[in-house]
Amino acid sequence: MSVLPNQQEQITADTFLRGLWQENPVFVMLLGLCPVLAVTNSTMNAIAMGLATTFVLVASSTLVSLLRKAIPKQVRIATYIIIIATFVTMVDYLIQAISLDLYNALGAFIQLIVANCVILGRAEAYASKQKVGAAVVNAFGMGAGFTIALLCLGTVRELLGAGTILGFQIFSANFEPWVVMILPPGGFFVLGAWLLLFEYLKQRKERKLPNAEGATS
Amino acid sequence: MDPNSLIFIFLNAALINNFVLALFLGLCPFLGVSAKRETAWNMGLATMFVMLVSSVSAYGINWLLKELDIEFLRLICYIAVIASAVQLVEMTVKKFSPSLFRAQGIFLPLITTNCAILGLALFQTFREYNFLQSLAFSIGAGVGFTIALMLMAGLREKLELAKVPSVSQGAAMSLMLAGLLSLAFMRFAGLGGSHA
Amino acid sequence: MSSTDQAQLQNPLQPQTPSFAMLRTLGGIAMLAGFLVVMVFQWTKPIIEENKRIAIEKAIFKVVPGAASRKNFVLSAAGLFPAETPDAQGETIYAAYDANGELQGVALEAAATGYQDVIRILYGYSPACQCVTGIKVLKMAETPGLGYKIAFDPAFLENFVALDGKLNNDKSGLENNIVAVKHGNKSQPWQVDSISGATISSKAIARMINDSGQRMFPLIAKHLSEMQGGRE
Repeated sequence: MSVLPNQQEQITADTFLRGLWQENPVFVMLLGLCPVLAVTNSTMNAIAMGLATTFVLVASSTLVSLLRKAIPKQVRIATYIIIIATFVTMVDYLIQAISLDLYNALGAFIQLIVANCVILGRAEAYASKQKVGAAVVNAFGMGAGFTIALLCLGTVRELLGAGTILGFQIFSANFEPWVVMILPPGGFFVLGAWLLLFEYLKQRKERKLPNAEGATS
Repeated sequence: MDPNSLIFIFLNAALINNFVLALFLGLCPFLGVSAKRETAWNMGLATMFVMLVSSVSAYGINWLLKELDIEFLRLICYIAVIASAVQLVEMTVKKFSPSLFRAQGIFLPLITTNCAILGLALFQTFREYNFLQSLAFSIGAGVGFTIALMLMAGLREKLELAKVPSVSQGAAMSLMLAGLLSLAFMRFAGLGGSHA
Repeated sequence: MSSTDQAQLQNPLQPQTPSFAMLRTLGGIAMLAGFLVVMVFQWTKPIIEENKRIAIEKAIFKVVPGAASRKNFVLSAAGLFPAETPDAQGETIYAAYDANGELQGVALEAAATGYQDVIRILYGYSPACQCVTGIKVLKMAETPGLGYKIAFDPAFLENFVALDGKLNNDKSGLENNIVAVKHGNKSQPWQVDSISGATISSKAIARMINDSGQRMFPLIAKHLSEMQGGRE
C-alpha cells in the first residue's frame, strides 16, 4: 500500500458528484472536445455518444483498477491504451448491432473515443491508484458529466438549428431555423457561449462574496 | 471534379472539410499551441510529418489485416502503431538532426494524443483510398491543419493588444474565434461541384 | 550491479521491474483484449449482417416499385456475373423481382461530388419503360435546410419517378443526356427540375445518374434476359 502515492479515497457522494460539476471534463477541464463538437448536432447523437463514452470509461476504469498492482509502471500507458481500444471496438460493434442509422450518424467518431483524453486521463490519474469501487463510482460521475455536457450542446443546437428536440417539433412552423447551429461553426459558438455563461456566473459569485463580507462588518 | 482525383482529395482535406474547422479533429493542440505564430508553425510541420508517416503505416496495416481477415483488430493496431510511429519519429529526429529536435522535439509527444492522426487513419480506411489517394489525403489534412493553426495564432496575437471583457478571456474567446474561422471556411464548399 | 543501484537511487519508490513482468502483463492484456473483441465480434456479426441486409433491401424496394425480392449481380463490359462469382470485376447491381419472380427493375449505386462532399445514392432503373423509377440518398454531407432537400423534398423526388433514360439507336448510350435545369424550367422527361437554392446538389444528382446511366443502361439491356431468369 505504501507504494501508492495517493491515499485511498473513501467512496462518498463527492466521488460521483465531482465529475458532474467541479471537475466536469468538458466545461471545466476542456478535455475530449472533438466528439463534443462533432456529434452534437442532434440530441439523439449526443445521448448515444455520451452513453458510449460512459461505457468505455467505466469498463476501462474497472479493469485498470483491478489490474493496478499487476501493471508495471514502464508499460502502463501502452496497457491502458490497449484496454481502452478493446472496449471501444466492442462498443463499435454493439452500436452497429443496435442501429445502423445511429452508427452512420456517428461515423468514425465512435472509434475516435480511443483518442478521448478524458478516458486515458481517468485511468492514469485515478483508476490506477484507487480501489475498484471508488474507480467505478468516479468513472460513472465523469461519464455522467460528459453526457450532460454533450446534452447541453446537443439540445441547444438542435433546438435552434432545426426547431426540434429529439425530432419533436418545439417551435411553431413559422420558426426559421438557424441552420448555422447544426453546421460546424455552430458547435464552436454554442460551446463558447456555455463557457461564457459559466465564467460570468463564477465571476458574479466572486464579486458577491467580498461585498457580503463588507456588509456584515 | 472527379471525387477520386488526387487534387480533389487534397483540396477537400485541406479546405472544404478542414480537419480542425469542419471535422473538429485535433482541437487540443489547436486551442493549446495557437498563441504564437512560431510555435503554431512548428506544431503544424511536426503534425504534417507524423500524419504522413501514420497514413503510410495505416495503409500497410490495413492491407495486412485484410489479408489475414482479422479486421476487427484494426483499431487496436492503429492506435498502437501511431503511438510507436511518433516515438520512432522522435528518436530519428533526435539522432540525425539535434537542432531540429530542439526546435520541434517538445511538440512530438503532444501529437500522440492528437485525434487528428487517428482520424486520418480511420477516414482513409472508411473511404477506401488507394495508396496515392491516402498520400494526397494525409498531405491535404496536414496542410489544412497548419493553415487553421496559423490563422488562429495570427488572430490571437492581434487580440493580445485588444481589450476584451474579463468573462470572455481564455477558452471561450478562442472557441468563438474558431467558430468565425469555421464559418469563413464553409464558403470553400462548392469548390468541387460548381463547375460541372 | 552499480547501474541497478543507481536506478534505484533515482527512483526509490519504484523497484526495478523485471522485463519478464512487463512482457507477462502486455501479453496477458493483449490476450484478454483479443478474447473480448473476438467474443463481441462473433456475437454481433449475424445481427449486423441482418441489419445491413434489411437496410439495403429497404432502399432497393423503395427505388424499384413493386419489388419483393432481389439478387445481386456484378456487371461490367466483360459480362454479367452473379455477385458470388470469385474475382468478378465490375459494379454491383441489384436485380429486383416482384412476388411472381418477374424482373421489375434494377437498382444501381452512383456517386458524385456535391456541395460539401461526395453524395452517394441508390437509384432504380426499369428496363421495361427505359426510365429511372426512384432515388434514395445513401450518404451526403450537404447543407441542412438547402442541399439536404435532395433527400426529402417531395417535389424534387417526383423528378425521378419516371425520368427518361431511353437508349440511343445503336444502344451505346443514352439518347438524351439527363441534365438538371433551373427551378421551374423542366420541359422534357429527361430533365431534372433543380431545387431553388440547392442547384449544385441537384446538378450533382443529375450528373451522377447520367454518368452511371450512359455506362450501365446499355449493359443492362444487353444482359436483360440473363437477369430475367436469374432468380433461383
